[in-house]
Amino acid sequence: MAANNFKAATLTIFVAFMLAIMPLPEWAIEFRPDWVTLVVIYWAMALPARTGVTLAWLAGLMLDVSHGAILGQNALGLVLVIYIVHIQHQRLRVASLLQQAIVIFFLLLLKQLIVLWVSGIVGHAPHTWLYFMPCVTGALLWPWIYIIMRDIQRKLGYTTTY
Amino acid sequence: MQTLFLRGPSITLRMIILVIMSIILMTADHRWQHLDTVRNTLSYLLYPVEYVVDLPIRLYYWSEETLSSHRTLLKENRQLKDLQLQSRVQLQKLDILEKENERLRQLLSATPKTTEDQLIAEIVAVDVDPYRHFIVLNKGARHGVYKGQPIIDAHGVMGQIVYVNAMSSTAMLISDVSHAIPVQIDRTGLRSVAFGTGQTDYLDLRHIPHNADIRVGDKLISSGLGERFPRNYPVALITRINRDTGETFVDVRAEPLAQLDTSREVLLVWTQNHQQPMPELEQPGETTVEEPAEEVVEQAPGEDVDGSE
Repeated sequence: MAANNFKAATLTIFVAFMLAIMPLPEWAIEFRPDWVTLVVIYWAMALPARTGVTLAWLAGLMLDVSHGAILGQNALGLVLVIYIVHIQHQRLRVASLLQQAIVIFFLLLLKQLIVLWVSGIVGHAPHTWLYFMPCVTGALLWPWIYIIMRDIQRKLGYTTTY
Repeated sequence: MQTLFLRGPSITLRMIILVIMSIILMTADHRWQHLDTVRNTLSYLLYPVEYVVDLPIRLYYWSEETLSSHRTLLKENRQLKDLQLQSRVQLQKLDILEKENERLRQLLSATPKTTEDQLIAEIVAVDVDPYRHFIVLNKGARHGVYKGQPIIDAHGVMGQIVYVNAMSSTAMLISDVSHAIPVQIDRTGLRSVAFGTGQTDYLDLRHIPHNADIRVGDKLISSGLGERFPRNYPVALITRINRDTGETFVDVRAEPLAQLDTSREVLLVWTQNHQQPMPELEQPGETTVEEPAEEVVEQAPGEDVDGSE
């Protein structure tokens, strides 16, 4: 049973990484949602006992490697975001999709801010408001992501609370 | 499945530990850059992702080659033959110039110039951070790629390798905000440094005094001063000079000659300090281009043209 969940989580995170590095047309690059963060948030909400901050940290490190960023930049952001999701998962789960999307927006914003802060310290922060666009697109896409992920979980894994 | 009360360290504790570890990692990576092994290990996990993402594009190129008609192939073949003839003629001239240059250098008892080894690498079609100018190449440590290695395309210098993995490597383009390349103006020999701006269409030349002899259309070539890029490769063309007398220096912009956002293939160059190791590990066949002076393949224009300074 747990193996199924593990399979589902690995598969979706793999797909999220694919979407994160898939080439997009020039105009769409800045609008690319932060797929990995969204998927990890979902799993932290759905399976809080199994997907915790450690998984988030590892996913963040992988993001750093794939982005050529400083090691630990995305990892730090993801750990803090997933920590919040983890302690609030019971409230988040009963919220409506719209309310969830609003919370997701602020969570993604927090992550972007942490990453921006680190880039600023290192000395190459982007100087454009478009930098925060992934938070908007991520929040807008959240209802669909949530439904699709829930279906995947039901197909591949099993539904459980703990 | 875990029971409710058996849970190891609490989530808050784990979070704090991981935050501290992230901060340590970031400091170590930024200050000392000793984390190449960690990066390398993690990149093994990422390799399948990159492979799968790149697959459709590779399939597209492959099918385009296999399915193109006989006629198109013939036409292309003829064009390439013409081009090869032209390049060969130019190369003969270069050959003579190089010989002459060598002789003159010997007369001056200057150090002889060594030729650079080159290897063609393909750009893996993945997008990384939209605010950094990184590309992923399909050649890695197994092919002898090293950190800091310059990459060029058919038109000019493209950038340098920043991370080397086993089967792939990440390169920073000259247009990245944290990149700078020592250049000199072809016409006058004036030296400067071209800074990346985060835009692929222009570089910034800083610290150029007002009385400098510099014109729009001047070609910038690599000066080789940082001992990272080989000398005399074309880098950029000066497109705009803004002489504002209120400023200390002239504001000069130059457009990179390399096709930073459209190239599909690039050349990895081994400079004389780093010789290309173990040729038997190379993939057999077409990819290696050794002794560029002998063959007509894929030589960057302008290479070894003058050598005079």
